[in-house]
Amino acid sequence: MKEKKRQLIVTFHTTAASVAMERACRAAGIEGRLAPVPRQLTADCGISWRAAPDARGALEQIIRENNLEAAGIYEMEV
Amino acid sequence: MIYLDNAATTLQKPACVAQAVLEAMGTLGNCARGAYGASLGAARTVYAVREQLARLFGCPRADHVIFTQNSTHALNIALSGLFSPGDHIITTDCEHNSVLRPVFRLQAQGVQASFVPADRQGRLDYDAFARLIRPNTRAIVCVHASNLTGNLFDIERIGRIAHEHGLLFVVDASQTAGVFGLDMARQHIDVVCFTGHKSLYGPQGTGGMCVRPGVEIRPFAVGGTGVQTYLPTQPAQYPTRLEAGTLNGHGIAGLGAALSWLEETGMANICAHEQALLRRFYDGVRRIPGVTVYGDWDTWPRAPVCALNIRGLDSGEVADALAEDFDIAVRPGAHCAPRLHTALGTKATGAVRFSFGFFNTEDETDTAIGAVERIAEP
Repeated sequence: MKEKKRQLIVTFHTTAASVAMERACRAAGIEGRLAPVPRQLTADCGISWRAAPDARGALEQIIRENNLEAAGIYEMEV
Repeated sequence: MIYLDNAATTLQKPACVAQAVLEAMGTLGNCARGAYGASLGAARTVYAVREQLARLFGCPRADHVIFTQNSTHALNIALSGLFSPGDHIITTDCEHNSVLRPVFRLQAQGVQASFVPADRQGRLDYDAFARLIRPNTRAIVCVHASNLTGNLFDIERIGRIAHEHGLLFVVDASQTAGVFGLDMARQHIDVVCFTGHKSLYGPQGTGGMCVRPGVEIRPFAVGGTGVQTYLPTQPAQYPTRLEAGTLNGHGIAGLGAALSWLEETGMANICAHEQALLRRFYDGVRRIPGVTVYGDWDTWPRAPVCALNIRGLDSGEVADALAEDFDIAVRPGAHCAPRLHTALGTKATGAVRFSFGFFNTEDETDTAIGAVERIAEP
């Protein structure tokens, strides 16, 4: 297992929205990647967007501008 | 073989379609069932095709593009998920059974339905739509072009009537998607259902619907989604709301390749080629003694189909002769359009339908004309 580090986790209601997030971030040149939603957040399955904590402002802007309907944004050690 | 049954399915596809399916079968995992490369690859591929379809239909959100097996499935989902006993809907005599049977089933459940009549040329009386509206009318459901006559309907006009009266407008674009312009905003469309394997030149088993944001369709199937696992009901958000179970990711990859080909080739070029073949065929067969062609041939453009009969001959016998003696593939019978055949007066004979696609040629068209001429010889 990799060492845990503090990250932002953006969750979505659908996989389509997760992929839309990835596309929007790639287009805007924002780093991050798709990964399973941490079980400490929810037992539900799903794909989240993980990014560095200092990207919060940029991510919120991407979500707003692309009308992406995030289920939640969390900062945690994963 | 000369293939002239493109309205049933396009047999000749761009080579990139099969290549994309083959590649997908070796590389794509299950869309939305994991976060490793192959599963994400499927999710990305599927989402990219949603975006292509959103562009094609003028759907404001890619996540409101829903994948189904075909147009029939999409229409079943839309019609069963929008209406309830006590509602009234308006549809037409020109519909395929993919609309009619869901409507008949709804009628048995207490939904009321009225049918805009078709005349002997398969034309619709546009004024009848407004005339049939009742206080409990919820929607107009209409095909974009008849799969039997090829008559293309003014869906912008019908959509305007629907929205002026606060009704939903559901369009069956099975015969037109990819050939004729569809734009949900301009044509006032709330739900447009399409199939991937006809004029979109994709694989069979692909199709879907675009839903205007704000239109709430109850799920038809519920089940696995890869998200919101502990929620006892189907997730409320589109597209997952209407997509229970594993998607046809391999087919969708093929559809994506077909859509890219369509964009490169140009819908206008495809349409122009098919219209030219259709006009050539129509001009050739209409002059043959004993041949009756159905539809309103004063109006162009039209879906590239031409249904005809030869004197009193059984349409199945004519199709069989075309297949056996001339190696020409066409579709006889009733074409899943019972109300329109009744309106045309062809319930007893059926009709022989020739339908053209982008890969047909003038030579094939001329051969087909010659074959009809031979069969019609006294």
